[in-house]
Amino acid sequence: MNGLERLQAAGAPASLIEQPSRDNAACVRVAAADVYGTLQTLRDACGFGTVTFITAIDRSPAEDRFEIAWQLRSVEHVDRIRVTTRVGGDAPSVRSATDLWPGSAYMERECYDMFGIHFEGHVGLKRLLMPEGYDHFPLRKEFPHQGIEPDRLYREWERTRS
Amino acid sequence: MGSLVPADTGSSQEAGFFASRLDALVNWGRKNSLWPMPLGLSCCGIELMAMIGPKFDIARFGAEAARFSPRQCDLLIVAGTLTWKMAEATRTIYDQMPDPKWVIAMGVCSSSGGMYDSYSVVQGVDMILPVDVYVPGCPPRPDAVIDALIKLQRKIERESPTRRLAEMSSKPLEAGTNTFNMAPNDAIKTHRIGTFLEGDEGDDA
Amino acid sequence: MSDARIYEWAPGVPADLDLDQDDPLHGELLQINMGPQHPATHGVLRLKVTLDGEVIAACEPVVGYLHRGKEKTCESLGWRKFFVHTDRLDYVQPLLNNTSYAMALEQLAGIDVPQRGQEIRVLLMETSRIMAHLIYLGTTAIDLGAVTMFFLTFTEREKAYDLLDAYTGHRMNNTYIRMGGVYADVEEDVARAFRAWLVQFPGKIDEFESLLTGNRIWYDRNKDVGSLTVKECQDWALTGPILRAAGCASDLRKDEPYCGYETYDFDIPVGTLGDSYDRYLVRIEEMRQSVKIALQALDRLEQSKGADYLLEDRRYVLPPKGRTHESMEELIFQFKVVTDMRLPKGEAYVGVESSKGELGFFLASDGTSDPLRCHVRAPGLMNVQAIPLIAKGRLLSDMMAIIGSLDFVMGEVDR
Repeated sequence: MNGLERLQAAGAPASLIEQPSRDNAACVRVAAADVYGTLQTLRDACGFGTVTFITAIDRSPAEDRFEIAWQLRSVEHVDRIRVTTRVGGDAPSVRSATDLWPGSAYMERECYDMFGIHFEGHVGLKRLLMPEGYDHFPLRKEFPHQGIEPDRLYREWERTRS
Repeated sequence: MGSLVPADTGSSQEAGFFASRLDALVNWGRKNSLWPMPLGLSCCGIELMAMIGPKFDIARFGAEAARFSPRQCDLLIVAGTLTWKMAEATRTIYDQMPDPKWVIAMGVCSSSGGMYDSYSVVQGVDMILPVDVYVPGCPPRPDAVIDALIKLQRKIERESPTRRLAEMSSKPLEAGTNTFNMAPNDAIKTHRIGTFLEGDEGDDA
Repeated sequence: MSDARIYEWAPGVPADLDLDQDDPLHGELLQINMGPQHPATHGVLRLKVTLDGEVIAACEPVVGYLHRGKEKTCESLGWRKFFVHTDRLDYVQPLLNNTSYAMALEQLAGIDVPQRGQEIRVLLMETSRIMAHLIYLGTTAIDLGAVTMFFLTFTEREKAYDLLDAYTGHRMNNTYIRMGGVYADVEEDVARAFRAWLVQFPGKIDEFESLLTGNRIWYDRNKDVGSLTVKECQDWALTGPILRAAGCASDLRKDEPYCGYETYDFDIPVGTLGDSYDRYLVRIEEMRQSVKIALQALDRLEQSKGADYLLEDRRYVLPPKGRTHESMEELIFQFKVVTDMRLPKGEAYVGVESSKGELGFFLASDGTSDPLRCHVRAPGLMNVQAIPLIAKGRLLSDMMAIIGSLDFVMGEVDR
């Protein structure tokens, strides 16, 4: 039984759609509201003990531009599954998985830092890689590669100390 | 300039002293006992470790006493990519180093931003502090950095510590600081010229 | 300073903070800042540590001091040119990163690598793993006071550098793996030099072990420091030697074999207690196993002499430079690959077993030549995340052993 079959046996949400994928992992899409429930089922009933990564893809200009992906791995069944969902709007948000896997805290922080996606229920959701006080979300498609005023925070610090 | 060859006193009985310019003596001491502050930021840091390691052994040039406290160092080796987030710490480290101090920008990232033309990377460490020698390479081989060290030693030879001391004592020091007050762009101009022109008097960075 | 202010400063202090009431220094919470420039943090990691006496009450890692925007860079550079950036992720094992990225691209494109190409990759990957573990051994030992180890491991690394220099033309950051194989074939004298180094290397491991394994200081400073259970490792997404030291025989080379690893004869070392000392032993044994695998790969390379090492698929693979001067068709292929290489629409993730854990690339393509998304699954970031978990309640001096045994490289953590 692969991961998808185990999920269906344990009770998959109605919004689940199977997605094509070009690797060996099963890939499913669920509605944003069902993500937490699906992840919980996958952890408790399907043996997916580890979350490999959480990230997002900016598919603008499509509606619901952010596709968030959770890739899970099961050590005992030796297989993987990828759960995706689409969110959009001015303040994209989805429920945090930190109470299922504490290790997803940094992954969610990175996702917030790079895309501005809010993870509800994450304690201490703040910037991970960019400095505190940075204004932009670098991996959004509208953000230029060379950045916008990259030295602003440094120049402000330089002014305050002399 | 000055030399450390014993002066010809005309008698072999009196070879117990030699005469030299004070500048030459001070410069000789400084150039042969550079204490590097190895600011290993990224990949170049590994090559910097290799340089300190057994094969390349910068002890041959008197620069093996790597200290991780900037207060004990006079040579800052910026090895690797400098990001704007790290820039504050790097500038603080530079300011904490006692005068006289020199800087080697090791690798293309610290020389010019290198392959990282991106939103978080400083496009050359000379945007925030003056640099004496630039070393290209990604990462440069340890031999190249040793060459930079020798170039820096030649530069130190041409400096004039006594004149500098006179200049410094004529104007009052600001309390607790020895920062250099130059706009970043001026720093780039002065020091690039200072590094590359042969026969230049050197500058007082 | 009142406690309230301290708690405000360090939001990482947990509510259930359990302080040792008998400690005479108890009550005077003190924060110290380690990094971002600190010899023991192995790069530009910053740790905000809250101390109660000499005991770590809380610790908060601050990362991002080497964030170079690689994922964004991939989107603007294109699939092929991103190869050089993968070297600089975990810069102590560039060839392993190259391979991981190449495999993700191949998965997305749906192409296979010729047998000889895979054998060369295995040889290079295992050499990289040994070199990465040598860095771990040298730097961790120097932090715990065993300075000799730094010189011994760097002597060996220099030998490996010379081999890679002879084969790839550069000491570090080789960028030698290509989509569909490797850039050039292994010459016979290079293979002989690799074999000579690999054959003498186990003796060197014995020498390292004679200095550390039974050493009272090394043992006491690592034993029971930073213990992790298998459950904790899985919850905190820890993989690689850390997970194996905790007692779980999970290795992607065995679980999800790639590059023909299923046909090689090697064992997976597994620890029992999951402490720093177990991690050290696991890595030592992994070096021995890597030598074994690399020697088998060299044997196979002798068998497969003259076979293809690079796929001849002109959609993705550049033609040899010489041929582009003779054939108009090849010139057009080269032009197409360089300017407009398209991958099929879809997403793919491939993870490989790097020296730090599971290193993977998650690639999303929309069918055009511009990458839609390239996410690096960095094992180092997860290892950094685990520092507060295992440092809490330990002495400050244990922090060096913990950081060393978690073994991360900031280039990969921050990307």
